[in-house]
Amino acid sequence: MTEQTLAPRSPDVAPGDGGSDGPAPRPTVPPRPESHARRFSPGWIAKLILVGLVDALGVYGIIAAAGVESWWIVAFLVAALAVVNWAYFSRRAVPAKYLVPGLLFLLVYQLFVMAYTGYIAFTNYGDGHNSTKSDAISAIETQNQERLPDSPAFPVAVVTRGDELGFAVVQDGKAEVGTADDPLAPVDGATVQAGKVTAVPGWTVLSFADIAGRAEAVTALAVPVSDDAGDGTLRTQNGSVAYVFSPVMQYDAKTDTFTNTKTGVTYTPSDHGNFVSAKGEKLEPGWRVTVGWENFTTMFTDSRLSGIFLKVTLWTFAFAFLSVATTFFLGLFLALVFNDPRVRGRKIYRSLLILPYAFPGFLAALVWSGMLNSKFGFVNQVLLGGANIDWLGDPWLAKLSVLGVNLWLGFPYMFLICTGALQSIPGDVMESARMDGAGAWRAFRSITLPLLMVSVAPLLISSFAFNFNNFTLIYLLTGGGPDFVGAPVPVGSTDILISMVYSVAFGTGSNDYGLASAVSILIFIVVGVISWIGFRRTRTLEEL
Amino acid sequence: MAAIDPTVASTTGGTGGTGDAGRPAGRVNDTRLRGRRWWKEVGWRHVVGVVVIVYCVLPLLYVLSAALNPNGSLTGSNDLFSTVSLSNFGELFGRGFGGWAVNSLVICVVTAIGTVLMGAAAAYAFSRYRFRGRRSTLTGLLLVQMFPQMLAAVAIFLLLLQLKDVFPVLGLNSIPGLIAVYLGGALGVNTFLLYGFFNTVPKELDEAARIDGASHAQVFWTIIMPLVTPILVVVGLLSFISTYGEFFIASTVLQSNSKFTLAIGLYQWASDERNAPWGLFAAGAVLAAIPVILLFLFLQKYIVGGLTSGSVKG
Repeated sequence: MTEQTLAPRSPDVAPGDGGSDGPAPRPTVPPRPESHARRFSPGWIAKLILVGLVDALGVYGIIAAAGVESWWIVAFLVAALAVVNWAYFSRRAVPAKYLVPGLLFLLVYQLFVMAYTGYIAFTNYGDGHNSTKSDAISAIETQNQERLPDSPAFPVAVVTRGDELGFAVVQDGKAEVGTADDPLAPVDGATVQAGKVTAVPGWTVLSFADIAGRAEAVTALAVPVSDDAGDGTLRTQNGSVAYVFSPVMQYDAKTDTFTNTKTGVTYTPSDHGNFVSAKGEKLEPGWRVTVGWENFTTMFTDSRLSGIFLKVTLWTFAFAFLSVATTFFLGLFLALVFNDPRVRGRKIYRSLLILPYAFPGFLAALVWSGMLNSKFGFVNQVLLGGANIDWLGDPWLAKLSVLGVNLWLGFPYMFLICTGALQSIPGDVMESARMDGAGAWRAFRSITLPLLMVSVAPLLISSFAFNFNNFTLIYLLTGGGPDFVGAPVPVGSTDILISMVYSVAFGTGSNDYGLASAVSILIFIVVGVISWIGFRRTRTLEEL
Repeated sequence: MAAIDPTVASTTGGTGGTGDAGRPAGRVNDTRLRGRRWWKEVGWRHVVGVVVIVYCVLPLLYVLSAALNPNGSLTGSNDLFSTVSLSNFGELFGRGFGGWAVNSLVICVVTAIGTVLMGAAAAYAFSRYRFRGRRSTLTGLLLVQMFPQMLAAVAIFLLLLQLKDVFPVLGLNSIPGLIAVYLGGALGVNTFLLYGFFNTVPKELDEAARIDGASHAQVFWTIIMPLVTPILVVVGLLSFISTYGEFFIASTVLQSNSKFTLAIGLYQWASDERNAPWGLFAAGAVLAAIPVILLFLFLQKYIVGGLTSGSVKG
């Protein structure tokens, strides 16, 4: 459909539609003496205050973004502020006044992030490639450090503030505090006893017991001595004495290479965002670069990944299809059973039947995961009299359990919509079928089911699309497990594509945002195709 | 099993004494079925009904029983209603549950209100104005609403990671930041529902108000909004329910225990295999489920109407 075909429908434009730019001829309205927007009404003042607040926030954001050199954010904020001010202070842009807030949020948190997903899918963004090249260089300098033979020892106090750990030392008679992110800097008001800091305002000094409890974090902590990463860092092995460590890796900006000062090996940047030696030895961390179609091709060609990816994809389709099929048939069956007016107490049955649907889905998944616990769960211990069936630990039983729980969650919805659809089938159709001698089964097959499908089919398609991405159920019930043995990503037998995205991006082990985004893009395509099929059926597009 | 009793009673009532349940007997000819024919045509339906209701209600009874069981472990919860005490509920609030509940309520209520306001405003513009780009924007929204926001969760996470340096309040591990993300999905999901409803409000009403000198804002707030209140309530409640159960984005954005929503917090308890505070989880689940169940019972007729197109459950 085009604008032309729509045009005949638009005579219903309200007269005096101030801001309409459309082709509709303007009806002659007596000129108004003055716009309402120019009157100092309470609404006008409220608008002024709200837009003022947005402007203030935006200007703050522009300054803050410029401070951290996020030029994209600056550009977006400038454009957004211009649009907001134009929309609310122009007399012409009436529809814009109503659309701008929603569209701005949509633009950032839906459209932009979709496009950004597309971009990340073509990068190696993830653990080891989290940031820019300059960040990687300073990280390599900080991480590859050794204690110099003659470096001074500092009696150190381990201090903490919130989640942050830091060191407090005395340097040149002055107490200084620093953390992994902030280099050592002098503090005022610290108490020093025998060359060691014992109290710092705003910080808690850890006792020996505390240090022992967090030994790993304390020994891993490296506090930069100054702003220049080349000056080295302060580290401790025991929480009481710290030494200055100096970089072993020297970066040469002219040749863009790293040189190991002890072995003399040079490392040159590769096109995968790492410094690599001639022998192929990599320096970690690397930085973010675009890698083309690599994330997509590894899914299909990497022998360790392609099998898993295929299994997960097949299971995703099987899970979505079987979930719709089982819930629909049970719901339809029950709807038929209770569609008989001779059954008494139908209201009670119905209100109890929809209880699983009313129960929040995330809680249901968690409750069932406890009930299906193989050792202590209700199902094994009580219903099966002490059986030891590993419902969630065996690959096939776990799949069955997921489907069973989704059946519990989903059939009441199907029951409700089937009941609604059955009741809208006119009685005379059934009557005439019976007159023509159709039996109960024949009448159901040839009359009831086709009529039912007309109204229910679009809902089945959207139910399929919903289950295709039913992350909450899978993740909270099985966590995707049982895990595939030896897989390069933490993915298991009941993982569907969307929960694979979660595991790859945020799961334990290494986080690979690039690969996760590539999987997301594939889901986008599948969901798009499903919805397109749905739209063709419902022809929603024609009703705009 | 107390909840099932009424239906059992109705089954036996049907079998035994047809027609004698306080009705003036013999006034009409009793065409009701008896005996074997009753069983064949009606009785078996009650058997199916009772079986299905046991399947429906048993997990709910189980969680209620576990919530009331002070023992607190998975094993101890298996004897339904063996001991009844409220100690789990008392302990809940010392363990952060109250904070999670407040977080969930704040997030869901603010998201619902924002969704309703922005959706209604957009629907008003689409329904009452003809402007350049109207049709393409509507089509665009229709396309966007096909894709759940969750698909872009990785990008959302990375965006918020960067926003943290500019607007800490909209960055990672911030409740306003999560609300802003949810509001990004507001237009996509609900505008069509609202748009259809707005179109049913006669335009003559706004025209009359316009002739009387009302501005577009006055028409919106004083004429249209009161007339569409029912659909606004439905959209708000649906938004509330789906936000309440949202796990994926919430768990990537919120990282510290004090910021958790109920969904993330209760997941932590339920999946804690070593300490397994199962009784606590069950008590929390019962409390967390109550508002949603009430909303669902309230919304039931809209759901049956197919209004929600199958994707309400979160």
